[in-house]
Amino acid sequence: MMSYLDFEKPLAEIEGKAEELRALARENDEIDIEKEVAALDEKAERLLEELYRNLSPWRKCQVARHPNRPHCLDYVEALFTDWMPLAGDRNFADDHAVVGGMARFRDRPVVVIGHEKGTDTKSRIERNFGMARPEGYRKAVRLMDLADRFGLPVITLVDTPGAYPGKGAEERGQSEAIARSTEKCLKIGVPIVSVIIGEGGSGGAVAFATADRVAMLEHSIYSVISPEGCASILWKNAEKMREAAEALRLTAQDLKALGVIDRIISEPIGGAHRHPEETIAAVGDAIDEMLSPLVKKSRKTLVRDRRRKYLEMGAKGLAA
Amino acid sequence: MNWITNYVRPRINSLFSRREVPENLWTKCPECGTMLFHRELAENLNVCSSCGHHMPISPRERFRNLFDGGIFTEVEVPKPVADPLQFRDQKRYPDRLRAAQKATGEPEAMLVAEGEMGRTPIVAAAQDFRFMGGSMGMYVGNAIICAAERAVETGRPLILFSAAGGARMQEGILALMQMPRTTVAVEMLKEAGLPYIVVLTHPTTGGVTASYAMLGDVQIAEPNALICFAGPRVIEQTIREKLPEGFQRAEYLLDHGMLDRVTDRRKLRDELITITRMMMKLPPAIAADLPAPADETAAPQADGAE
Ligand SMILES: [Zn+2]
Repeated sequence: MMSYLDFEKPLAEIEGKAEELRALARENDEIDIEKEVAALDEKAERLLEELYRNLSPWRKCQVARHPNRPHCLDYVEALFTDWMPLAGDRNFADDHAVVGGMARFRDRPVVVIGHEKGTDTKSRIERNFGMARPEGYRKAVRLMDLADRFGLPVITLVDTPGAYPGKGAEERGQSEAIARSTEKCLKIGVPIVSVIIGEGGSGGAVAFATADRVAMLEHSIYSVISPEGCASILWKNAEKMREAAEALRLTAQDLKALGVIDRIISEPIGGAHRHPEETIAAVGDAIDEMLSPLVKKSRKTLVRDRRRKYLEMGAKGLAA
Repeated sequence: MNWITNYVRPRINSLFSRREVPENLWTKCPECGTMLFHRELAENLNVCSSCGHHMPISPRERFRNLFDGGIFTEVEVPKPVADPLQFRDQKRYPDRLRAAQKATGEPEAMLVAEGEMGRTPIVAAAQDFRFMGGSMGMYVGNAIICAAERAVETGRPLILFSAAGGARMQEGILALMQMPRTTVAVEMLKEAGLPYIVVLTHPTTGGVTASYAMLGDVQIAEPNALICFAGPRVIEQTIREKLPEGFQRAEYLLDHGMLDRVTDRRKLRDELITITRMMMKLPPAIAADLPAPADETAAPQADGAE
């Protein structure tokens, strides 16, 4: 079942009509609807293209959060072999909002870490909607250490509304856990590449997305605060999220212009949720292209270049 | 790249310089209601002498009381691109900046200085909550990087006083990128084997807590300071229950193992001297050896003399 976003409503109507005609034809062979259906399909295709060619920042937020968008484990399943999930932070718990483990990426052994949002009500609750607790970040730190010791490149897949704002999470040091994870990303002497596949929500995203190379899917977002949160603070009205989304410059295109990310991975027309396989394949190719030149570099060069990249980041503003 | 371009010319850092003359000579303690005379309050580092409540203190006032004889040299912070996103909400970001500059008399939300504290050479950085909530943007990032670089260059410890609501929304993703940027600065200190001491003051929240403010070798907080990643209101809305008394306050964090110490501001300087001297393997400080607070001869080139 396709779930349509509010701005896709006209599309839903056309596609619904075409579907009705097809159903009618199935029941009655004497009705010839071929021409009509073809016209509707063409109209739908044109509309879809129009809608997605120029998505506003807010619409991109909606697409980035689409429930049918491929999530971390979809990528893991399609792009990696020998997937060996590893659990726990060795202190308190295993955070199911963060998945991590060893796997092979095109035969090369790597460590994969990512946020998992879940795909249905049950798994969304189990995954806490991709909102990690300190244990999740500490698990990531542990896995990055492991990667560092055994010379395995790290691949992170970022998709989180943000770190979980809960009582226990705060008591167990949410901020310290995020800080340590970012610190570890900067410290490891192995390549680290990151892809923002959906939502890059604030510090909870930075903790995994501090990397040698960062890519974003065309309709993913990466922001200091959610547009709703920003609107309620600066506009004193959460309904002003469209304005906030514009002002924050949270799209892949803006981030590329600001020099914060290295590349944009195109999504098929209609977004990743309409064409998950093509999207996942494109992400796989992008990871390969980002990783290949890095694996040849020495530990020292990797760490030095990574730090330099962040020290210099933002110096030119939008002129980067 | 050298972040230190040059030093600013000597400047008067007097507590009672023109804009700091209090219009009202009395301040009412917001905690206990006691009326406090301004001179007495200043001498007490803005701590209520009646109940011990810690009121905000500006970075300049703090440094005057931290450095020997109130003498310190300001380290100039490289200026970032102004308004990098051309951000506009109900107000333009440059207008908000100008208003904050006018209100505080400071260029931005962090002050970096060097000097001696108990005859111990240090670099110090202090965040200014009065300046747009102390928020972390490119300037604050530059300030921390240049403080760390200066500390490494001179082989001094860095003491950082944090106070911020979090990242500066008007700088969007670039504000968020100060988390990794400032973490690189902390790494420089660690690699150089120099102490990095964080003093968390009220309030320190959001992305600031989740980066440089939680990565100190020693983590000290002022009493009752609010220290958190997510604010109490956001948490209450999420979990729909009342939070316990003192939740996310300094003492609560100490209890939960997130801090080394909670220290009264009036005892902080002595403690910082003791700690840094041990970490730098220097002999213990001799109290009598310290110059008197108004001694101008201790560092003739430095500024800040009254
Ligand atoms: Zn009081």
